[in-house]
Amino acid sequence: MNLVIVGHVDHGKSTFIGRLLADTGSLPDGKLEQVKAVCEKNAKPFEYAFLLDALKDEQSQGITIDAARCFFKTSQRHYIVIDAPGHVEFLKNMITGAARAEAALLLIDAKEGVQENSRRHGYMLSLLGIKQVLVLVNKMDLVGYNEVTFNTVKTHYSEFLKEISIDPIAYIPIAAFHGDNLVTLSSKMPWYQGKAVIQEIDAFKKEAEKTHKPFRFPVQDVYKFTEHADDRRILSGQIYSGSVSVGDDVVFLPSQKQSAIRSIEEFNKAPSSQKKAGQHAGFTLKTQLYVKPGELMCKVSEPLPLCGKTMKVNLFWLGKTPMMKNKKYKLKLASSRETVYLKEVLSVLDASTLEKKDHPTQINRLDVAQCILQLIKPLAFDTTDQEESTSRFVIVDGHDIAGGGIVTEALKDDSLFSVHSFEKSDIKPIQRAKRFNQHPMLIVLTGNPSSETVLLSKTLEKTLFNADKNVYYLGLSAQSNASFSEDRQDRLSRFLEMAHFFVQSGAIFITSIPDLDDKDVKFIQDHHDHFLLISLGSCFFRYTHVDFHLDQITNLPQHMADILALIQSRSQREDFNI
Amino acid sequence: MEHLEKLETQSVYILREAYKEFKQLCMLWSIGKDSTVLLWLARKAFFGHVPFPLVHIDTSYKIPEMIAYRDQLALEWGLTMVYGQNEEALALKQSFPDGSLDRISCCKALKSDALKRTLSGTSKRYRLDHQQKKYVLDTNQDPYTGVIVGARADEEGSRSKERYFSPRDKQSDWDVSDQPPEFWNQYKTDFAPGTHVRIHPLLDWTELNIWEYIQHENIPIIPLYFDQGHGKRYRSLGCYPCTFPVDSSAKTVEDIIEELRSGKFANIAERSGRAQDKEDGGGLETLRREGYM
Repeated sequence: MNLVIVGHVDHGKSTFIGRLLADTGSLPDGKLEQVKAVCEKNAKPFEYAFLLDALKDEQSQGITIDAARCFFKTSQRHYIVIDAPGHVEFLKNMITGAARAEAALLLIDAKEGVQENSRRHGYMLSLLGIKQVLVLVNKMDLVGYNEVTFNTVKTHYSEFLKEISIDPIAYIPIAAFHGDNLVTLSSKMPWYQGKAVIQEIDAFKKEAEKTHKPFRFPVQDVYKFTEHADDRRILSGQIYSGSVSVGDDVVFLPSQKQSAIRSIEEFNKAPSSQKKAGQHAGFTLKTQLYVKPGELMCKVSEPLPLCGKTMKVNLFWLGKTPMMKNKKYKLKLASSRETVYLKEVLSVLDASTLEKKDHPTQINRLDVAQCILQLIKPLAFDTTDQEESTSRFVIVDGHDIAGGGIVTEALKDDSLFSVHSFEKSDIKPIQRAKRFNQHPMLIVLTGNPSSETVLLSKTLEKTLFNADKNVYYLGLSAQSNASFSEDRQDRLSRFLEMAHFFVQSGAIFITSIPDLDDKDVKFIQDHHDHFLLISLGSCFFRYTHVDFHLDQITNLPQHMADILALIQSRSQREDFNI
Repeated sequence: MEHLEKLETQSVYILREAYKEFKQLCMLWSIGKDSTVLLWLARKAFFGHVPFPLVHIDTSYKIPEMIAYRDQLALEWGLTMVYGQNEEALALKQSFPDGSLDRISCCKALKSDALKRTLSGTSKRYRLDHQQKKYVLDTNQDPYTGVIVGARADEEGSRSKERYFSPRDKQSDWDVSDQPPEFWNQYKTDFAPGTHVRIHPLLDWTELNIWEYIQHENIPIIPLYFDQGHGKRYRSLGCYPCTFPVDSSAKTVEDIIEELRSGKFANIAERSGRAQDKEDGGGLETLRREGYM
């Protein structure tokens, strides 16, 4: 099990680990004696911290620079302990250490009490999703093993932790240098009724299996090695949650391509028929499909992740320069890499004081922010309450990972152009509506045969035009190569952007789009709050609500009258006469 | 198996990430148990293939069985095998065995310097020709931008501070105090021109994990690790003038695992048979900052 030790600088983390290694018999023979001898030689007092702070730099400065790893064992199990630096400069190292851990030990100096990084690290643990936390109040020897001092620190800190939804398993008073309450209970603190540190650590629970959750497989890479006459096309990666079996129907997001699992590939192992969360895997598909690394493979039969370009996130920033609007960053979420912009900062929190600032213009180094990110292309993800592993992302600025965060909410996608800021008109939509005496809207016609749909659309345009309406028709022609659904969605997306501007200008925009299906309509809904959907003949809809349907064209003037009545009823709410 | 499976998953993920992100990628293979496990993990990650060259730095003082074993496995598994060495220093007899250098300086010349030049393509590389079964001059002298290394965090102090993806500057220098953050399976895979990244898929493995995995997967391991009947075996492999066998009667992988779990080596550091560590004040940091693996 991976444990991380965090806390403010000089609160005794390295000493604690050094002592823990020594007292559990986890040090190599002679190591303790060797370090003691070096201390004697250099005429400096021995410290357990020297065991860990193996780098010469650190011994001279006396602080931990990086998250060192060491190993110890109890009668119960083996542990990897990650010693995270407490110095504020090294927060990125603390995060590196803590992100690998299943549980955390938070050290606080009994004499100094709760300090800046006691808070900041606590907050980071909550953001990183570490739920098992043990608080150790250290250096009790320096306060005379006093119960009142311990209780003061405990009360003070638990108030803070409650605010960030961390509920520690226990608070333990210790004196790491002397080993008090580490492996066994100390006689110096008879007032303490709880368990020793080791017993609490052994009681930490292993991370819950995620096999029962919906299947999530980020495609890390696609291999086709031709050497040795190998003609397999293998999708490789790691299963983040759920499980999958040969024969299962799968869908790739955001492209929405579908296929089924043909085989599970292995090396030096009998072929398996099922793979589950936490395993690495390679799959071949039943159909030839061009899938790119970065897509999320899911099971058709299970709840799917979200797909979108706008998301609300909680984010921490480590970059040397602040995170700013109108600057291009790279977002890495699972195996996807996409261009991203900071669209809006909702609030910034000073993680050490929990002081909140609303609507700042940028996110500074070490800030924790709630903000909105805008992507250029759609991305598949989960929100953190659904599945943590596919809600976590990092932000790359230039060549460096400069921040990380979790998606808390998917937002309705705005226009692509919303990434850039526009100067907006002073004329209000209502003024335009009054001028043209109409309710601006988008009218979408679809159906078979497409020539009939076009005829219906054009007749509608003429009818409205002759009634002095500000109307414009532009239809999408059938695509020759409609098999690539991502092209299709891109095309639809650009078209809708354009339609958006027409409607904004006060016009009634009419379009005909052949072969619309449920997903397309959902996509249009994401871009346009209100639009009118008219269908003709046979359609692909299974659950979409159509505003007006015709089996075939029988009487054009009558159809026009019906559609105008519909438009009228839509407009009435707004009190416009059409 | 649960813990080993976890380690395997993580290592395989890192190997695939490296292969995806780095165009000029190679893996260092020292013929020892760690990098042989790494080689095996690569075959797992790429379904039987090893889609990048394996680079060995031949100091010319390696235990001879190591070279024979290297070439045998390379031919058998169809590996792209490349070696390089510090020909200049060897020609001038600048080495510890020749009496002109101390151990640390010898390591620096024959290992660190040879490695740096081989990786950057500024000295000759030799590639195994599978038809002729011999080494020929490698025409590819492009610098490697990604170098996969089998270092483990439990080996000694400085290695416990390593990242999975660790950037090095043009001089192969390692800035310990300013390392990139790594979390949630996301690593530093973007880098400035002229720099390269060292990739450490075995960072979380212990010596015992390595042997348990060798046993589980039945990985072929060079026999130098086993007692051949003289009551001695190598616990760690290197150059013969500076690497000494340990007293042990472990003849099989099972024996070694027993020895490490509860036997005579349960609490004795692995590199205790390496003389150069002791000259550096108990750590390899001086060597590692300058490019030692």
